[in-house]
Amino acid sequence: MKNYLTKSVWSPYLAGAFVGILAILSVVVSTKVLSKPMYLGASTTFVRVTGLIEQQVAKEHADTNEYFLYEKIKVDWQMMVVLGIFIGSLLSSLLGKSYKKEFVPDIWKQRFGNSAVVRGAGAFIGGIILLFGARLAGGCPSGHGLSSIMQLAVSGFIAMACFIIGGIITAKILYKGGK
Amino acid sequence: MGLLLGIITGILFGFFLQKAQAIRFERQVGFLLLKDMTIIKFMLSAIMVGAVGIYLCKDLGIISFSIKATDVAAQIIGGLLFGIGWAIAGYCPGTSLGALGEGRIHALWAILGMLVGAGLYAEVYPALKSNVLAWGNLGKITVPDILKINHWVIIFIFIVAILMLFKFFQNKNI
Repeated sequence: MKNYLTKSVWSPYLAGAFVGILAILSVVVSTKVLSKPMYLGASTTFVRVTGLIEQQVAKEHADTNEYFLYEKIKVDWQMMVVLGIFIGSLLSSLLGKSYKKEFVPDIWKQRFGNSAVVRGAGAFIGGIILLFGARLAGGCPSGHGLSSIMQLAVSGFIAMACFIIGGIITAKILYKGGK
Repeated sequence: MGLLLGIITGILFGFFLQKAQAIRFERQVGFLLLKDMTIIKFMLSAIMVGAVGIYLCKDLGIISFSIKATDVAAQIIGGLLFGIGWAIAGYCPGTSLGALGEGRIHALWAILGMLVGAGLYAEVYPALKSNVLAWGNLGKITVPDILKINHWVIIFIFIVAILMLFKFFQNKNI
């Protein structure tokens, strides 16, 4: 057991299977404790965090926004999951000694150079587009990819296929095949 | 209680994501360049195990589903947009936080961008409601529903297909 915790890499099949078990347990336990089934997801949290920030700077504007009213601005279960992903990854990388400070990833470097500013700008613009898309599609690879497809929902298959198609075409253009 | 459950679930999720290296920029973009199937092996393994467990618990009456409605236009347009941003950022919403956790500082810019993207969507949402979001609403449907085939048959076929895909990845060494 201890070996597994300190091992830096697990087989993706094994780690994936554990996430499958986690997803089942999450739904079963939340149904018992919270009387509501909680399925893994992440992108709605970004809406809620933005809503919380907007409430600080432009309260009336945030409080009357139709989308914020629809998604309900609050600190909730999913926001804690997203925060937990940060903590869990930090713990795992420290235990496995795979924590590494990085400002520009290698594939990016080969195409766009060493500048952390250029990479930061790319990540920022990519972030804007992807979250806008995720909200339009109604979810991200966690909510649609994992949770919807587990339930064999048609929405999950359509969304995930489009995530991948859009991503493959863009990556091909952007990184020119990469190295 | 919900918050406590959420944080425990998230910590475990982040732990497994990091151990599989699924949150790395190289793995995410490596998949989109069709050179590295790590994240797909990870996702499909989770889906296989999850689908069996979720449907079993549903059949036993222990849990209920939470199905996202199928809105064809929104899912296609939003999905393609997501894909474009995903390839540029190299992260998705869940993995960005995990990447920051393992020291990938540049993920912070992606996270800030996502918050801006969420705000932008909130601004245009009222304008999209009567068009894009209203096109092709098919409701909360599942594959077994539309094919009118028992869900265990679908799950069995789905698992066989996934295992064949895994075999293909192993053969190709990707």
